[in-house]
Amino acid sequence: MPDVRLVNVTKRFGKIVAINNVSLHIKDKEYFSLLGPSGCGKTTLLRLIAGLIQPDKGEIYIGGKLVNDVPPEDRDVGFVFQTFALFPHMNAWDNVIYGPRVKGFDMEKASTIGHEVLEMVRLHERLDAFPNELSGGMMQRIAVARALAAGAKLLLLDEPLGQLDAKVRNELRYEIRKMTNDLELTAIHVTHDQSEAMAISDRIAVMRKGKVLQVGTPKELYMSPQNIFVAHFIGESNFLEGYVLKITSKGALIELRGGVKVEIASKDVKIGEKIVLAVRPEAFIIEKGITRRGENIVLGIVERVTFEGTDIRYEVRLKNQDLIVVVKPSLTGEWFNTGDKVVVKFPPENVHLFAYPEKGLREEIAVE
Amino acid sequence: MAQSTVTRMLDKLSSRKAVMYSVYLTAIIVFFALVLLPPILGIVIKWGAIQEILNNKSIMERSLTAIKNSFLIAFFVAAMDVVAGIPMAWLITRGKSRWLSVLDTLSDIPFIVPTAALGYSLLLFWSDPRGISAMFEGSLVSPGWVLVILLHFTFSYPVVVRVVVGALLDYKMEYEQASRTLGAPPLMAARTVTLSIIKPSLIAAFILAFARSVSETGATMMVAGFFENGPVFIQNMKTEFSTTNPALYEGSIAFASFVLIAISCLIFGIIRSFGPRLKMPVRRVWPSFERKLSYSKAAFTRNSITSIVFFAIVLLPSLFVALPALEAVFTETLPNALSGTGIWEEYWQSLTLSYFLGALVTVLNILIGLPMAIIVARRKFGVLPSALLDLLVNVPLIVPSIALGVSLRFFWKETMTTVPEILLLIFAHLAITYPYLVRAMSAAVERISLDLEEASRTLGAKPLGVFRTIIFPLTKYSLFSGAIMVFTRSVSETGATLAVTTLKTAPVVIVEWVKQKMQGVPLEFDIGLGCGFLLLFSFIVLLILRLIVKGEGRY
Repeated sequence: MPDVRLVNVTKRFGKIVAINNVSLHIKDKEYFSLLGPSGCGKTTLLRLIAGLIQPDKGEIYIGGKLVNDVPPEDRDVGFVFQTFALFPHMNAWDNVIYGPRVKGFDMEKASTIGHEVLEMVRLHERLDAFPNELSGGMMQRIAVARALAAGAKLLLLDEPLGQLDAKVRNELRYEIRKMTNDLELTAIHVTHDQSEAMAISDRIAVMRKGKVLQVGTPKELYMSPQNIFVAHFIGESNFLEGYVLKITSKGALIELRGGVKVEIASKDVKIGEKIVLAVRPEAFIIEKGITRRGENIVLGIVERVTFEGTDIRYEVRLKNQDLIVVVKPSLTGEWFNTGDKVVVKFPPENVHLFAYPEKGLREEIAVE
Repeated sequence: MAQSTVTRMLDKLSSRKAVMYSVYLTAIIVFFALVLLPPILGIVIKWGAIQEILNNKSIMERSLTAIKNSFLIAFFVAAMDVVAGIPMAWLITRGKSRWLSVLDTLSDIPFIVPTAALGYSLLLFWSDPRGISAMFEGSLVSPGWVLVILLHFTFSYPVVVRVVVGALLDYKMEYEQASRTLGAPPLMAARTVTLSIIKPSLIAAFILAFARSVSETGATMMVAGFFENGPVFIQNMKTEFSTTNPALYEGSIAFASFVLIAISCLIFGIIRSFGPRLKMPVRRVWPSFERKLSYSKAAFTRNSITSIVFFAIVLLPSLFVALPALEAVFTETLPNALSGTGIWEEYWQSLTLSYFLGALVTVLNILIGLPMAIIVARRKFGVLPSALLDLLVNVPLIVPSIALGVSLRFFWKETMTTVPEILLLIFAHLAITYPYLVRAMSAAVERISLDLEEASRTLGAKPLGVFRTIIFPLTKYSLFSGAIMVFTRSVSETGATLAVTTLKTAPVVIVEWVKQKMQGVPLEFDIGLGCGFLLLFSFIVLLILRLIVKGEGRY
């Protein structure tokens, strides 16, 4: 069964280290996403698994078998390209049965497979159409059908939805997910769209500059990011700089800029250490008022209100001059206007604490 | 950027539609008047003379055999070029060794060696006792049809390699990678996907090789011996009958030229119409057989054969002339040559004429070809007329140059009684080289998104300003490439030169020397050194042009 294991894989292009000593294990029948900004190495990693390029160092196993020297045609993978790569001189049908044909299946068997996969992607009526006669969504479906028809149990998808408009993209991502579930395939999906990865993946590997920063379920990545970049890239976070003032019975007392003090649950810090707090915009509690006292409360003024449909987004200037973003559901709770004076509460259990990065916060969260 | 008053004035003028259309119309009129119609009308004018050959059965048969030979050889050579050129282009673009860039450069050499020098070089290599024949008794390949095939293969091979390399570089690798991940071994992926997708370029390469083979005259005359193809027949008619039986001479060359032009156009039309419909056998696959041919041993054998063919049949024979040229340097020949003694006086005059002509024709082509390129690329006169112009621009490419020269001479001599010889020569070279610049520039302009032009206009640029600031900087490389092609083609041209004038360009002198060699003057060293100079100057000019082009961006 096709689980995929990468052991200390490194790939260089000239002086650029595209993949830097990456180790990963993708389980059988798992829907796994490689997520990261452009140029982080996720497509390179996928192409290494497919055998389209060779690693400089490390081992790649598919189904327990070392495949470093196995050419792509013998790895038994289905690859869906970002540009679909449908052969322009063949119609949809010939594209779909290309795999069975080049593998030497008899025509009857190839034809049965072709009809099955076209049924699955609901494009039977367009089998005579050439790629330039199909819409983006149809081309994408044919590309998936072609990869499935080759009989692979490992499906590699390189930003398969990247060229489609938002509506079609949303529909197709669930279709692909359902198909891989029904066929019990292992799928590795490359994307830079975190909402896409969160919506369909069993697990996600977040990559940056050729390295895997964290692997986990969408919930784990969102709720427990292990570093500043993941906290920034998955969802949205407010980052506030400060120092550890003292260790308390509940955790640690942090002093932010301007003498603002908040207490957080984490104890894994030293007194005097420079730290960064990461708080999700929806984790803040916000109320109207100017004098309310209590733990972890900071005063502020609403500077901008943006209505986003399901949510309302507030930009609040805290009294220490830090600007934070607070998101609240639009249909429940109190609404605020620009200029309103508010109190913002930091919930200790939903604040993530990280050591201040050596190269500075800006560099740490940069996506390019 | 400060603009001069003249520039501003020209920019302003260009925004008047009437002015721009006058420029375009002038370009079209010049194209019809100097390039397209004279060769066609030349034959029409001499239509009556064709009667002479119809009454002379033996000459008629001889001409038909020669014409048949032309097309048979062209077909065979073009097919061989494609068969041998594809693996070489593949090796250059897909190979991993850094030496392949050297191979890439070397494969251009026969392209830039003037064909007259190339012809003599091949003659020495294959037929002379000092060449490869030294290993055998007598000459390995005597002048005749085999040597003609070897010659035509040598000079058209780089054209095919260049076109296929370009197509493979532009080709989206993802198609082939998709094929590999679907289970196709490399050879099968190349056959069923890559070659099918680059089919238009393969057809273009075949047409170019075919046209070059049908057209070549000077070098073919050197190696043909008693064998005749169309251009050699026309030239032989001139030698045999131009003074003794002028009517038969004119009739025979008018007939041969007409048939060569008509069949060339017909074949070109057929290939252009039916080529795109030609289906590659992509549905049949032989998995285990193609797998065996795809890996290590088979690939090594394929690459070895490709390299051997290139070095032994193309490169070495092309450069063999350097040997007598070097030997000549250590004899009296060099001082004689440098002082312009004896036959060398005529040589230097011809060389000067060749380069003067090449430079002049290049400048003229830029002036009249640029507007035409824009008309074709931007469909200035509507889709259909522009497509028709696009097609007609190609005509001089596929018409044998000696036939074109013959018709041009008929036309200008009949219509203008006192047309100077030099003007005839310029017209002939202009007609032959015209497509090279227009083709290169129209393709380059077509690649530039119309959005860029429109953005420039909305920012306030006048049409000429758009050309100066957007089109020209983005197409500079193609303009230089087109200019290089025009220049080298003009300097190499022999057939049309022989047909239109008695003025001698350098290749004509070399051809004459080779023909006269049997009489003892000039000597082998003279011819070798003559070719060597031609080669050397061509390299220097190309090097200068390359240095100018170097660093000019391909955006």
